[in-house]
Amino acid sequence: MIQFVLLAVAAFLGVGIGCVPVARRPGASRIVYGACLVICVVALTGALLDGGTSEMILPLGVPWLGAHFRIDALSRFFVVLIDVGSSFASLYALGRGAHEHEPQRVLPFYPVFLGAMNLVVIADDAYGFLFAWELMSLASWALVMAHHREAGNARAGFVYLLMATGGALSLLLAFGLLAGPDGFYAFAVMRLGTFAPPRAILVLALVCLGAGSKAGVVPLHVWLPLAHPAAPSHVSALMSGVMTKVAIYAFIRIVFDLLGPPSWWWAVPVLAIGGITAVLGVMSALMESDLKRLLAYSTIENVGIIFLALGLSLAFRANAMPEAASLAMIAGLFHAFNHMLFKSLLFFGAGSVLTATGERNIERLGGLIHRMPVSSGLFLIGCMAISALPPLNGFASEWLAFQTILVSPQLPEWTLRLLVPTVGAALALAAALSAACFVRAFGIAFLGRPRSAKAETAVETDRFSRAAMGGLAALCLLTGMFPGAVIDALAPVTRLLLGGRLAEQMMQPWLSIVPIAARNSSYNGLMVLLFVLVSAGLAAFAVHRFGARTVRRGDAWDCGFPGLGPATQYSGASFSQPIRRVFGPVFFRAREIVDMPPPGETRPARIRKERHDLAWEAIYLPIAAAVGAIADRLNALQFMTIGRYLGFVFVLLVLLLMALAAWQ
Amino acid sequence: MFDLVAQGAQMFLVLLLAPLLTGCVRKLKARLQRRIGAPIWQPYRDIRRLLGKEVVLAGNASWLFRVVPYLVFAVTWVAAALVPTFATGLLFSWSGDLIVITALLGTARFLQALAAMDVGTSFGGLGASREVMFASLAEPALIMTVFAVALIAGSTQLSTMADYLLTGQAGLRVTLALALVAFVIVAVAENGRIPVDNPATHLELTMVHEAMVLEYSGRHLAMIELAASLKLLCYMSLIVGIFCPFGMTLGHGGAGPYLLGGATYAAKLVVTATLLATFETMTAKMRIFRVPGFIGVALMLSLLATLLRFVSGNL
Repeated sequence: MIQFVLLAVAAFLGVGIGCVPVARRPGASRIVYGACLVICVVALTGALLDGGTSEMILPLGVPWLGAHFRIDALSRFFVVLIDVGSSFASLYALGRGAHEHEPQRVLPFYPVFLGAMNLVVIADDAYGFLFAWELMSLASWALVMAHHREAGNARAGFVYLLMATGGALSLLLAFGLLAGPDGFYAFAVMRLGTFAPPRAILVLALVCLGAGSKAGVVPLHVWLPLAHPAAPSHVSALMSGVMTKVAIYAFIRIVFDLLGPPSWWWAVPVLAIGGITAVLGVMSALMESDLKRLLAYSTIENVGIIFLALGLSLAFRANAMPEAASLAMIAGLFHAFNHMLFKSLLFFGAGSVLTATGERNIERLGGLIHRMPVSSGLFLIGCMAISALPPLNGFASEWLAFQTILVSPQLPEWTLRLLVPTVGAALALAAALSAACFVRAFGIAFLGRPRSAKAETAVETDRFSRAAMGGLAALCLLTGMFPGAVIDALAPVTRLLLGGRLAEQMMQPWLSIVPIAARNSSYNGLMVLLFVLVSAGLAAFAVHRFGARTVRRGDAWDCGFPGLGPATQYSGASFSQPIRRVFGPVFFRAREIVDMPPPGETRPARIRKERHDLAWEAIYLPIAAAVGAIADRLNALQFMTIGRYLGFVFVLLVLLLMALAAWQ
Repeated sequence: MFDLVAQGAQMFLVLLLAPLLTGCVRKLKARLQRRIGAPIWQPYRDIRRLLGKEVVLAGNASWLFRVVPYLVFAVTWVAAALVPTFATGLLFSWSGDLIVITALLGTARFLQALAAMDVGTSFGGLGASREVMFASLAEPALIMTVFAVALIAGSTQLSTMADYLLTGQAGLRVTLALALVAFVIVAVAENGRIPVDNPATHLELTMVHEAMVLEYSGRHLAMIELAASLKLLCYMSLIVGIFCPFGMTLGHGGAGPYLLGGATYAAKLVVTATLLATFETMTAKMRIFRVPGFIGVALMLSLLATLLRFVSGNL
């Protein structure tokens, strides 16, 4: 019911504004986060209470338009996604938030951020949508700048603000094109319109720019690995896990809902950016040694996977294959939901590590599994889920994506037939690299021996944080065991957008998921988990029953050369060195330059590693240089008489009037 | 009830056969190198001996280190048991398709690599790092091979695939040939056989799998050795099950057809083991950074096979 969600939004804004005067007080964070948790739960129940579509028009905003709000199946799914993520973030913050140094820089913006995200997905006119979108961007920007004195954060905030502005501008123009010259800004009116190819192309491009920059698709991703880690950890979790999904919502709402029936070639750019984003994102994550930035890069990868699924859905929809389109859409949305779960969990884990050790750099961590056993175990579940390992949830959604690729030879277009397998290979490569990435992240940060004094003295986190992480880990396991329930819950969304749905999954024997037909493919996470647990239990029982049971602790064997210090362990950089050597030259123009002094010279030998961010160097630096050059040229304009300025204004006015006259 | 017995028989068959297969390959290799070699049931003796020994744990080994051997064993066992060996359409064959089997083997590798890094020795990290580097190419190659075969059979379900190929609807195809070559390369790489890794070495810098399990001893090592044998058996069963399913019992057979299926399965395993031993004897181990090129061939071949399937239904 929309009233609940609107009330929740109002409550969020109220809490945000209301806490400004008291934000510095010691107990304020508990109250604010507690209130947010309650409001999230209210919005969640409101969204889940009834399944229908409800609308509401409030006399706000532009006078002749009013503010339209509507909650349909798509909005409902995203409200659930946002509020599940937000409630866990608030729960986590109940514990962690107390450690904030300047709470007045976080507390007022946090509820506003939550409210704005909820508002985006229920807005039913362009005006309200853009207002909420901008509110979301600004609130999250303020949260990114919460620790503005730390090195690099101010730059992160600046880049984020620039990209957010550009993205909002693109969306503004897209809505302008959708609304047409008469300015029908309500979504209900836009939905009725049909759009000729040039206009549709422009809208598609602008939406890819606008929603894509917020979601972090390559090459619009540059802000994301800077800004997401800069915020406090629970906000990082929200930005990575939830806000990118709001961008995905914007993409789906405009392209699948407002823009009318698609042409098949719309899928081409979406598939291409999806594949490239997935591979480049995870490859960058593999090279990263800052734990939170690593997670941010991995968000880029997952956004790529979601876009890839959406691209497939577009292709099937254009060819009037609603079942296949539904399968692809469900794979994408399911992955979006899963990513919210495990990425929040991982960011919480990273936040706990950060509080316990003050370190984000994995090269100075290690051995945390002994000192933070619960957090480590939960973080491990998150790592396994994001690496798409059965029987956890990440695998279920990637399995669906693979199944979608397997039905695509039925597509009639040659371009798509050639593109889809390539994209499938990119998906498989991304999945494999992501497993490598999280072996590295967990292995270096949590296993082995501590690499610094801080890592040696770390302590377990508080119970709120553990509860939040435990809840998310349980959800990861549950959605992995019962993926059919999620697929069934998504059926109204695909029926709304694509006019098709998958067969009821919870009716399948043994709760298997059978996307097409039993003879094609089926997967049963529950059975796989049971089999693994039973066989592991059997093996452990048999071994302990019939074999030796003694355990002796001793030095590590290490090929008969024990007693070496922790510095001799593999580090994050050495772990990824083979992969960097194999893939680096292609993706980053990476090089290793060895400077070996000739015999007799006493200077040390050096190795220098070079890695280039190609998107940054090829696109952003030239743009920045051009802006600088133009600004230099236009500098003269700042030092003129008032008469000159008025003259300019007059000439421009005449030119505009002439242009208008010529156009009419 | 009979179905349940057949399914159980399959699970314990793979478990019992796995060390024998390893023993066979070792014996054959030894004979080819003009050594007498250990008897083929030596792996059973090794495992029994290891089970009877105490475990020596490194001082800072965590719970993960002690749990992983059982999990790796269990996951590999489940994967191996899901592959049809002597018959298709067993009771639980629907609970996972070929992609699931691939991913289960990936889970085993993930856990193994983590356990290798747990004690914090340089060898463990070295093995884990190289293992994931190989896997980052081998896994996509495997998935693409799965795609190619699945597109021919119209299913990722192993039983359906074997049924389809058994009934001869597929015939001889370019795609299948490409996929077979790719699959064999992946199998060689994933099982740490020559030329990618040498299962017989212990103290060389080029080792991968052995470096990962260096810190294990006693019953833990027994579990890992058993899991390695199971993995070899799993890949071999996949190769003979997908590319040469002849002799397998279709659907629900009685005891007679099952026995026949079992006999042909054993014969096929012997042939594959001979081929593997011969190949290993004839090739030299590669330098570590030549391996990505080797697995890259598999990736390209499998991608080519999939593309061919997308482009034409007849290839």
